[in-house]
Amino acid sequence: MADAPFDVAKIRQDFPILQQKIYDDKPLTYLDNAATSQKPQLVIDALVEYYSRYNANVHRALHYLGEQATSRYEGVREKVASFIGAASPESILFTRGTTESVNLVAYTWAQERIQEGDEIIATGMEHHSNLVPWQLCAERTGAKLKLIPVFADGTLDLFALRGMLSDRTRLVTVTHMSNVLGTVNDVAEIVRLARGMGAAVLVDAAQSVPHMPVNMKELDVDFLAFSGHKCCGPTGVGVLAVKPEQFEHMPPFMGGGEMISRVKDLQSTWADVPYKFEAGTPNIADVIALGVALDYLSGVGMEKIQAYEKQLTEYLIQQLQSIQGLRIFGYAKERGGAVSFALDKVHPHDLSQYVDQQGIAIRAGHLCAQPLMRRLGVTAVSRASVYFYNTTEEIDRLKESIVKAQQFFDHG
Amino acid sequence: MDDMEQLYQEIILDHYKHPRNKTALRAEEVQADEENPMCGDQIQLAIEVDDDVVQRIRFDGKGCAISQASASIMTEQLQGKSVAEAKALIEQFVAMMRGERGIEPGDNEEWLSLSGVRKFPLRVKCATLSWRGMQKVLADR
Ligand SMILES: Cc1ncc(COP(=O)(O)O)c(C=O)c1O
Repeated sequence: MADAPFDVAKIRQDFPILQQKIYDDKPLTYLDNAATSQKPQLVIDALVEYYSRYNANVHRALHYLGEQATSRYEGVREKVASFIGAASPESILFTRGTTESVNLVAYTWAQERIQEGDEIIATGMEHHSNLVPWQLCAERTGAKLKLIPVFADGTLDLFALRGMLSDRTRLVTVTHMSNVLGTVNDVAEIVRLARGMGAAVLVDAAQSVPHMPVNMKELDVDFLAFSGHKCCGPTGVGVLAVKPEQFEHMPPFMGGGEMISRVKDLQSTWADVPYKFEAGTPNIADVIALGVALDYLSGVGMEKIQAYEKQLTEYLIQQLQSIQGLRIFGYAKERGGAVSFALDKVHPHDLSQYVDQQGIAIRAGHLCAQPLMRRLGVTAVSRASVYFYNTTEEIDRLKESIVKAQQFFDHG
Repeated sequence: MDDMEQLYQEIILDHYKHPRNKTALRAEEVQADEENPMCGDQIQLAIEVDDDVVQRIRFDGKGCAISQASASIMTEQLQGKSVAEAKALIEQFVAMMRGERGIEPGDNEEWLSLSGVRKFPLRVKCATLSWRGMQKVLADR
């Protein structure tokens, strides 16, 4: 089975949105997968099935529907734990997404573990959602935030990290795969360095979990965050996976129903993990559909997805490089399929508007990484990002459209 | 390509490729420094008002064709106008871009060319960025 060809035509059949034509007659060419992925019919069906067959509140309803909903909801914890190699189902917390997962750590664990004068180390390539929570946290705690510099090729300066780490470093927080540069960071090496100084490590896996096999135990990180909507799941659901021993340092996040053990008039005690961190009625339907999405990805095979996307990314880079006046940001050897670029004389917004009229969706802007944009010396970039349902024909279409845009904007 | 041609009409492309009154500005000259946080478009304005008349507008900036062309068009449209006239024109322009005012018989070619942007709600901010900067500068005059 190992070398069975990757049947992308068949896979595309699973995604109803990819079947349509837009602007009358243009096949939809969706190359904005780093922003969010499309959903297979199975995932869409799971949402409908939940609401039409067993909608009920979880954990508290002692009836048929409640049991159905609860067991499926809890079943997803197991699926997630095995999908990302987490310690146990109990170490999986459901959140709204990567952003909330990072904030959860910044408001609970950090509140207990980080004090004035301590240091938090992030990187110069973080998405705002793994940077701003730490800026706020540094403000609240009086800790100092430092950023690992980024080399011109889009990799992290890990020599600099050695110099930055000290016995005051409490946390190193780093993106697994950059949503701008595509770089896959050497998390294992970062963990090794951080451990040497007794620091914990958080990995923002929003861009890695959808595209490659990720194993939290192998990476040996303390926290791992990702979003369901980037890996074929619905919006509004994400995960924070926690190394069990860190739970000792985590007071509750939000207070409310579900997260308590006993509530008295003026104080309460807390439920066990993971419930302690899931106050209120959770996002039952979307969690269940996330489970279906992960099953779907496992069915296709994460190794196969990674291998196919590697080819596709190489082709994308090759085609983009052949365009005159186009500059790609990020040349890391270890990389994923998010490719950012700038064109001489055509602004990213004009480009994305132009290719959009030909049915092609790419992203333009600062990509939620303004500090990185400043380092790259631009205010905005264009980004094409592939997923396993994209094809080389779609990349050809993109290239053709970029060349036409150049003629359109750069004549005379 | 109909919508594209409507959005990027010849006049807009001409102002984008050959901006009028665009020049590097020294920090102390800049009276308005507008940025569209969504996309990073930037416009800086240096304005000379004398005798209650907008004598000269210079701009600098970075951004898409719409934001830069609109700034260039604005400098031409508002130079030589009294402060009160300029304020009124800005209001009319912003209202037109927001769809609160239709095209009117007296509207000139440049305005008409920018009116194509209204079909693309996400780009309206690009077109109004420089006008809003100008509005702020004139507000206390
Ligand atoms: C690297 C990275 N981190 C974090 C996020 C934030 O994810 P979400 O908006 O789903 O919370 C994204 C996606 O936008 C991302 O690409």
